[in-house]
Amino acid sequence: MSVAEATTAIPVNVITGFLGSGKTTLLQRLLASPALADTAVLVNEFGEVGLDHHLLRRLDSEIVLLQSGCLCCTIRGDLSAAMRDLYSRRERGQVPAFRRLAVETTGLADPVPILSTVMAEPVLRHHFRLGNVVTTVDAVNGLMQLERHEESAKQAAVADRIVITKTDIADDRDLAELRRRLARLNPAAAQLQTAPGAALDPDLILARDLYDLDGRAEEVRRWLKVESEHAPTAAAKHHHPDVNRHDASIHAFCLRFDRPLDWTAFGIWLTMLLQAHGTDILRVKAMLNVTGSPGPVVVHGVQHLVHPPDHLPQWPDDDHSSRIVFIVRGLSREAIERSLAAFARLGAPVAQAV
Amino acid sequence: MCGLCGVLGGEGDWTDRAATPLPSARTRRVERLERARIANLVLAQFGLELSDWQGAKYQLASRTGRTEIVDNLAQLWQAAERILGRTCDPLDPALIARMERLAPTD
Repeated sequence: MSVAEATTAIPVNVITGFLGSGKTTLLQRLLASPALADTAVLVNEFGEVGLDHHLLRRLDSEIVLLQSGCLCCTIRGDLSAAMRDLYSRRERGQVPAFRRLAVETTGLADPVPILSTVMAEPVLRHHFRLGNVVTTVDAVNGLMQLERHEESAKQAAVADRIVITKTDIADDRDLAELRRRLARLNPAAAQLQTAPGAALDPDLILARDLYDLDGRAEEVRRWLKVESEHAPTAAAKHHHPDVNRHDASIHAFCLRFDRPLDWTAFGIWLTMLLQAHGTDILRVKAMLNVTGSPGPVVVHGVQHLVHPPDHLPQWPDDDHSSRIVFIVRGLSREAIERSLAAFARLGAPVAQAV
Repeated sequence: MCGLCGVLGGEGDWTDRAATPLPSARTRRVERLERARIANLVLAQFGLELSDWQGAKYQLASRTGRTEIVDNLAQLWQAAERILGRTCDPLDPALIARMERLAPTD
C-alpha cells in the first residue's frame, strides 16, 4: 500500500482494554459525536454480551457480531471474514459508505492478532489500514490488572491512546501511580482521562494519526518525547524486572543514531530481529535519517508486522538524527543498540546514486 | 506472473520499498543487488548464501546444497531458520562481535 493508498484506505480503530474497563461506554460516547457518525462497529459478543448489543443497537445495520470467544486465532479468522463481508456490503450499497471502522475486542483478548489481521490479511490490507489503537484502563483496578494479567499489560503497551476511565471514583495517589506506570510501559501513547460527564475529544482519540496530514507532525513529536522523558538512568540500566509482574517486564526506550542509516542494512537487521524476537517486540516506531533520502522515513510496526515506510517531506525540527522507539518485553536495550550499530555499518559508505 | 516459470509476484514487503520517495527502475535494481550483498555478509556467518533469482526473487542456499526461493527479507529469515533448524538471532553477542569485526568503527 502506498502512502496515497493509505490515506484513502478506511482507518480501523481497535478499542481494547481489560474486562470492565469501560470500552463499550467509551465507544458509545465517541459514536455519539457527529464527526464519527459514519463509523461502522464490530463488537465481540464474548464478555459483556447483552450490554454490547443493547448499547450499540442503533447501529444495527452496521453491526456484525463476532461469534467466537477470546481465542486469538479464532477471532482473527472471524474478524477477517466480518471485515471482508462489511466491505463487500459497503461496495454493494447494502450498508452506508462508512469512513471508519471501530473494532471492540474482548477484555481478555491479546490485541496483537487483531492488529495483524488488519495489517497483513492479503485482501483487507488493500482496503483498510490500522488507525489508532485505543486502550481503556480502569483508574480503580488498572494497577492490579497491569500487574496480574499479561493481556492487560500488552493492551496498554500496544496503544496509541490510553484512556483512563472512572477517574471520578479513583484515589488521586492511585491515579498518579497508574499514570506513571502506564508512561513507563508505553511512553509514546497519549494518556487521556475520562469520567462520566467529562468532555472527550473524539478527534484526538480516533482520528489524529500518522496518516492524517494535520495530525502527523504532532504524532511524530509525541513519540520523540519518549527520548527526553525516558533517558536511561544508571538505575534503569541495571534494572532487573520482577518476572512475576507482567507490566514490569515490558519497557520502552529510544535509540538515537546521529549518522544517516543505510536503508538496506536497517531492513535486513529489523526483519532478522523481528523473526527472532517479534513476539517480544510489542511496538517499534522510528523516524530515520536514511542515506539518500531528503526527508525522514517513518517506520512503525507491531510484533512481526511492519507498516509500509512513509517518507515525510521534511523534518519536524532541526534535529535530523534517527530515533527509534522500542516497546519490548524482556529484551536488553544495550544488545539491540549494539546490534543495530554493528549491522548499520555493513551498508555502503556513500549515498546510492539515483 | 512470470510467463516462463509461472511464478506469481509476491506481496510487496516493507523492505522492498526504496530508500527514496520516488525511486527509478535503476535505483530498485541497485537496491536489490545491495540487499543481497549486505544479507550475504550476515548469512555467511551461518554458512548460507543468497543470490538474485530472475530479478524477482532470491535463492537461499546452504553449503550442503539445500535451497529455498524467497520473495523478500521477511521470508529470508524464515527460510534460513528452516534450513538451519535454529533461529538467526541478531542479538547473539557472538554474532554482534563478528559483525563489528567485519565493519569496524572509523
